[in-house]
Amino acid sequence: MKDFRFWGLLPAHVMMALTLIVPILIIVAVSFATRGAYGGFEFSFSTEAYRQILFNEGWTGELEFNPQYLLIIGRTVILAALTTLICMALAFPVAYWITLQGRTARVILLFMVTLPFWVSMIVRVYAWLIILGNEGVIEKALKLTGLVTDIDTLLFNSGAMLVGMVYSYIPLMILPVFASIEKLDPALIEASHDLHGSRAVTLRRVILPLCWPGLAAGAILVFVPCLGAVLEPILLGGGKIMMMGNLIQMQFGGARNWPFGAAIAILLMVLVMVFLLLNGLRATRRAMEEMT
Amino acid sequence: MESRKKAVEIRQVSKTFGTFQALETVSLDIYDNEFFTLLGPSGCGKTTLLRMIAGFEEPTTGQIVLHGSDIQSLPPHKRRVNTVFQSYALFPHMTLEQNVAYGLENLRWPKDKVRARVAEMLDLVHMSKFARRRPQQLSGGQRQRVALARALAPEPEVLLLDEPLSALDLKLRQAMREELRALQRQTGLTFVFVTHDQEEALDMSDRICVLGDGRIQQIGSPREVYENPANRFVANFIGETNFFDVDVLSVEGDQAKVRTPMGMELTATQKHVRPGQKQATLSLRPEKIGLDDQASGQILSGTITSTNYLGGFTHYVVRVGDADIRVSRRNDLSDTPTLAEGATVKLGFSPAATRVLGQ
Ligand SMILES: Nc1ncnc2c1ncn2[C@@H]1O[C@H](COP(=O)(O)OP(=O)(O)OP(=O)(O)O)[C@@H](O)[C@H]1O
Ligand SMILES: [Mg+2]
Repeated sequence: MKDFRFWGLLPAHVMMALTLIVPILIIVAVSFATRGAYGGFEFSFSTEAYRQILFNEGWTGELEFNPQYLLIIGRTVILAALTTLICMALAFPVAYWITLQGRTARVILLFMVTLPFWVSMIVRVYAWLIILGNEGVIEKALKLTGLVTDIDTLLFNSGAMLVGMVYSYIPLMILPVFASIEKLDPALIEASHDLHGSRAVTLRRVILPLCWPGLAAGAILVFVPCLGAVLEPILLGGGKIMMMGNLIQMQFGGARNWPFGAAIAILLMVLVMVFLLLNGLRATRRAMEEMT
Repeated sequence: MESRKKAVEIRQVSKTFGTFQALETVSLDIYDNEFFTLLGPSGCGKTTLLRMIAGFEEPTTGQIVLHGSDIQSLPPHKRRVNTVFQSYALFPHMTLEQNVAYGLENLRWPKDKVRARVAEMLDLVHMSKFARRRPQQLSGGQRQRVALARALAPEPEVLLLDEPLSALDLKLRQAMREELRALQRQTGLTFVFVTHDQEEALDMSDRICVLGDGRIQQIGSPREVYENPANRFVANFIGETNFFDVDVLSVEGDQAKVRTPMGMELTATQKHVRPGQKQATLSLRPEKIGLDDQASGQILSGTITSTNYLGGFTHYVVRVGDADIRVSRRNDLSDTPTLAEGATVKLGFSPAATRVLGQ
C-alpha cells in the first residue's frame, strides 16, 4: 500500500521536482556564483550578489551603503500593500452587492468579474495607457471641467501603476470575498440588529470579522503577484519607476548580472514566504483559540 | 386581566409579500408579565408577526405599539425588544461572554456593569462554567441557554422567542420547557413565544393565540382554547376530537339544543354560536367518552374497528351507524384489558361535555 502510494504519485513528485525544486535550486546556486565577464556567471562561490543589495564596493575595496535597491524593495512592498488595501476596500462593497442580487444576476455579475482574465494581461494594462494618456478620457474630462487646465501627464508615476495594479488584481479579491459573504448566515446580521447594533456596528463587529477568511485569502492572491509585478511598472510607470520584478528582469537582460538578479529573486521569494507564514500563523492562532 | 398594563398592542396589522397575503388584518393585546403564545400550523404567519414586532418586517397596514408608544418608525436596533432565534444565531467568532455582552455594549453600558450583568445572566442559565468557550463547542441545549441569556441581558421590555425548542430532542425539550417557564416567572418579563407544538403551548402559556390561514382563530387561556374551542380549526388543531354536523334548534345562555344527523337531540355546551346560526359543528373529545362499564349519560352502541395501545392510553375507533367515533381510554388502576377489534361496545358521554362550535 505504502509502495503504491509512492510509485503511484511518482509522476507528481517528478513534476514537482523538475518544475519547482530544481529551478529554485538553480537560482540559489546562481545567486552564490560569480558574475561572468561577458554576462552569465562562473562557478566560483561568492556572496557578492547579496552584498550588492545593500553595499557598493568602492575603488579601494571599502564598502559603502547604497540605499538604491533598498528603495526599490521598499517601494515594491508599499505599492503591493497599498494595492491590497485598496482592493479590499473596493472589493468588499462590490462583493456584498453581488450577494444581494438574484440568482441569475449573480452568475452574470460573477462572470463579468472574471471576464478580464479572458483578455491578455498586456492588452488590459495597455488599455490604461490609453485611458490615462495624453488626450485620454480622463485628461479630457478634467480639462472640460475647467478645474485643471495644465496637465503634464497622468502617466508614468506611482499613482498610474497603482491604478493599473488594482485594476489587474481586484477580481482575485472579489471572488474569495464574495464566497465568504455568501456563506454568512443572515440570521447573524439580524441578531446583531436585534441586540441594538446599528448598521456600522454590525459591519464592524459581525460582518467584517466573519468575512475575514475571504479577505485574507484575497490579500494573499493580490499581494503576492503584486510583489512580482513587471508589466505595470514598464507600461504605466514608463520604466522610470522600478519595482523588484523589473530589477530582476534587468539583471538577466541588459545589466547581465545573473547572480545579482538571482539574489533579488531569492529575496522576493523570502518576502512572499514571510508574508504567507504570518498569515498562516494568524490562522493557526485563531484555530487554537477556538479549541481552548 | 383587562386592568393590566398592555405591553404590546397589535393594531389592525396585516402583511402582504408581493401579492401573497401572509397575514390578514389582526389586532391583539399582550399584557405585561404574560407568557403569550402564538400557536398555529406551519406557514400561518407566526414568524411574520413576531418579526414585525422585532422590526425585521414592516406591516403592510396597521401599527404596533410597545408600552404605549408607536414603534413603527424605529429600526430594529432601537426597539427595546430582544429575540431568541430559532437557529440561535450566536456569533461564532465571539466567546459566550462576548455574545452576552454584545447587546449591553451597544447600549453603552459601563464596563463594570456589563461584566456584572454578563456574569449574572450566564449564571441564570447555568452556563458560567463555559463563559470563555465559543458557540461551536456547545451542545444544542447549551446554545439554547446562551441565546436566552444573550436576549435577556439588555433588559428588553418584551422577549420574543421563535420556536426556540424545536431544534432540541424530546427529553431536552421538556426540560427546557420547564426552565423557560420558571425563568419567565422569575424575571417577570413579557414573553411572546412562537410554536407549532400544541402541547408546548398548553403547557407553558398564560394565554394562547391560535393562528390559522393568516387569521386569529381564538385567543384564550390554555384551558379555554382546549375546552371551548371557538371553531373547527381550533378544535382540530389543539388535541384530537370527534366532529358531528348538527342542526341548532335553540340557544339559551351557554346551552344549545341541537339535533345530530342520527336524529338524537342533545343539550350541549356552547360559547361561540352566533345568533341565528342554523348549522353548527359539534365537538366531542375522545377522552370524554366512556366505554362499557364506564359509559354513562347519553348511551350509544357500536363496533370497535381499531385499537391502538399507547401505554398510558388506549385509542379506539368505534363504528356507530355510519360514523367513526374516536375514543381514548386511560389504562388506569383497574388495569383495564384492551377491548378486541370487532367487539360490540356501549359508548356513553355527558351531553354537557359536547361543544357546539362557532363558524
Ligand atoms: N420574505 C417573504 N417573502 C414572501 N413570502 C414570505 C416571506 N416570509 C414569509 N412568507 C410567507 O408568509 C407565510 C407565513 O410565513 P411565516 O414564516 O410567518 O410562517 P410561520 O407561521 O412562522 O411558519 P413555520 O411554523 O413554518 O415557521 C408563509 O406562507 C411564507 O411562505
Ligand atoms: Mg416560523
